[in-house]
Amino acid sequence: MLAYIIRRVFQGAFVLLIVGFIAFCMFRFMGDPLESILGQEATALDRIELRERLGLNDPIVLQYGRFVGNAVQGEFGISYRNGVPVAELISQRLPATLELALVSAVLALVFGIVLGVYTAIKREGWLANSIMSLSLIGVSLPTFLIGILLIWIFAVELGWLPSFGRGDTGSLFGIQTSLATVSGIKSIILPAITLGLYQMTLIMRLVRAEMLEVLRADYIRFARARGLSERAINFSHALKNTLLPVITIIGLQLGQIIAFAIITETVFQWPGVGLLFINAVQFVDIPVMTTYLLLVGAMFVVLNLLVDLLYAVIDPRLRVAKR
Amino acid sequence: MNSDSSDLLLDVNNLRVEIAQRQGTLTPVDDVSFKINAGEIVGVVGESGAGKSITGAAIIGLLERPAGIAGGTVSLLGQRIDNLPLKELRKIRGSQIGTIFQDPLTSLNPLQRIGDQLAETALAHLPVSRSEARDLALAALEDVGIPGAAQRLNAYPHEFSGGMRQRVVIALALIAEPSLVIADEPTTALDVSVQAQILTLLKDLCLKRGMGVMLITHDMGVIAETTDRVVVLYAGRVAEVGPTASVMRAPLHPYTAGLMGATPSATRRQGERLQQIPGSMPSLRNATVGCAFAARCQHVMPQCIDVRPPLIEHESHEVACYLHDPTVAPDGARHQLISSHGNSDGVGQ
Ligand SMILES: Nc1ncnc2c1ncn2[C@@H]1O[C@H](COP(=O)(O)OP(=O)(O)O)[C@@H](O)[C@H]1O
Ligand SMILES: [Mg+2]
Repeated sequence: MLAYIIRRVFQGAFVLLIVGFIAFCMFRFMGDPLESILGQEATALDRIELRERLGLNDPIVLQYGRFVGNAVQGEFGISYRNGVPVAELISQRLPATLELALVSAVLALVFGIVLGVYTAIKREGWLANSIMSLSLIGVSLPTFLIGILLIWIFAVELGWLPSFGRGDTGSLFGIQTSLATVSGIKSIILPAITLGLYQMTLIMRLVRAEMLEVLRADYIRFARARGLSERAINFSHALKNTLLPVITIIGLQLGQIIAFAIITETVFQWPGVGLLFINAVQFVDIPVMTTYLLLVGAMFVVLNLLVDLLYAVIDPRLRVAKR
Repeated sequence: MNSDSSDLLLDVNNLRVEIAQRQGTLTPVDDVSFKINAGEIVGVVGESGAGKSITGAAIIGLLERPAGIAGGTVSLLGQRIDNLPLKELRKIRGSQIGTIFQDPLTSLNPLQRIGDQLAETALAHLPVSRSEARDLALAALEDVGIPGAAQRLNAYPHEFSGGMRQRVVIALALIAEPSLVIADEPTTALDVSVQAQILTLLKDLCLKRGMGVMLITHDMGVIAETTDRVVVLYAGRVAEVGPTASVMRAPLHPYTAGLMGATPSATRRQGERLQQIPGSMPSLRNATVGCAFAARCQHVMPQCIDVRPPLIEHESHEVACYLHDPTVAPDGARHQLISSHGNSDGVGQ
């Protein structure tokens, strides 16, 4: 098992190296960072000097090698835009994104699974059918539109919740988070719903489809024939078998929550890494962009690993094979 | 055979199952009646699609919409069970009627240790503690002949072979000591070498516990080896009921006779083809007014097509065929069937 984990970690590191390189090359073609750093009235000499200082004259592989070499030591370079170390920028912004992603993920998982199970068990009930119809909206509306709709209803028309920003932060278990203050919690509700709605409906539809399949299985029939209660059948036998194949996809969905945070953070001006990335794009701030992509990549890799490990823990058939 | 009414375990009376469909109502089980006594193994035999599984499911109330019981009664130990609310039915399932399904590979929850599945079933029906349920689980595994039962309690289903899994399924069905077992093709999915062992196990358990067994199968060989009495189903109706030995020796219904011709036997000469009944069972959509077998029957008479033959007692059998109805058949026609079965090598080839 340990060997398996180590192998997976190395695979993950390799994937990240490639992701980073692609990002690095891609951003090169987005424009010349010197333009945005120096502005229009800089002299040619200034340019040459800065180009040399940033190492922009070296071959791109060398530049990337330098970037990776520093990255493994926790150095992600200096932001072209404001001269602050990228690591510092990211670590300032990351808590906001993580907290938004976490709340969205919890919303998506809890409501997705509960509603999925409910609509599967009450297959023909009117409520289950209405939920299913409504879920089509969640799947088909683009995120930014959902965000704008929510702002319009709850911030503009009703005035219940703030329309942008993170609110005040407070300390919870030694962590600075907006979940510790009333204004913070009020602020996170709309962005979290916006970010999690799509994943929630997807998880719900997935869980429902899988659960319907499982409820038709022979072992469920046999459990009924043995006189077990509907509750034991639905929740102990069917649910576990339902969630098993769904875990992989749920894991990837959670990764997407972090990736999609860009849009939500922009709509709600949420001061997270997604917003940082959008601002960096406008300035061709390559170190920030590359670091951001590496970060998102790393989260996908870690989630994937966790999913695989979880799979092995839940499914006895795999446990034997990997031992 | 002892058919004292005090031994009467299961009484299925004029059972009718309907499936409501947009195009019309199907009747996969039509006016089926039979009895099972305590300690008796009753075979229910018929071609695939004859309605055997649906009959079994109807008895334990496991029919799924749109199928449902549309008439008749099912009584267990004198108490009607066909109209019970789900809550009451659940108490009967597993504790009074055990069920064994065809495929042991898919009958067990793959994610739960078999010891837990056994204990869970015991806890659902018996007033026992968790540790007592555990002991019962162990005893149940030992009863079905699983070697090293104590260690195997912690094993998952995939760690067992097909035959062993079916033993686990039997242990699960019997852990609360039901008085009746419904076994739906319990050996069909197994290797031939294992089939006999499972049947022997069922027979032993039936003898030891005095259970009644309803053994559903399409295999006349299984019927011959295992059962005391046999109910022959055709197109959802009872064709013939009687003591197995007598039915095998002298079948009264032409369909029963045909089924025996379709049974592979060890004594059959090499290269000799299995005798098939020509034609196939009518589809549920084209329900017949008369005898459902008429279209395939060599002995068909005009009244067979017009009026459905009632189940009548004849010798030790019950049979639904005009050949044996003294009010219809000319006396001489009655024994014609047996002689024609004896020399009907040309049929179906
Ligand atoms: N849910 C259903 N809807 C329509 N027809 C069904 C359904 N279930 C079973 N049947 C039909 O009922 C008949 C009897 O089925 P079954 O009892 O499974 O036969 P068998 O004797 O092989 O066990 C078959 O013709 C089958 O196609
Ligand atoms: Mg069947």
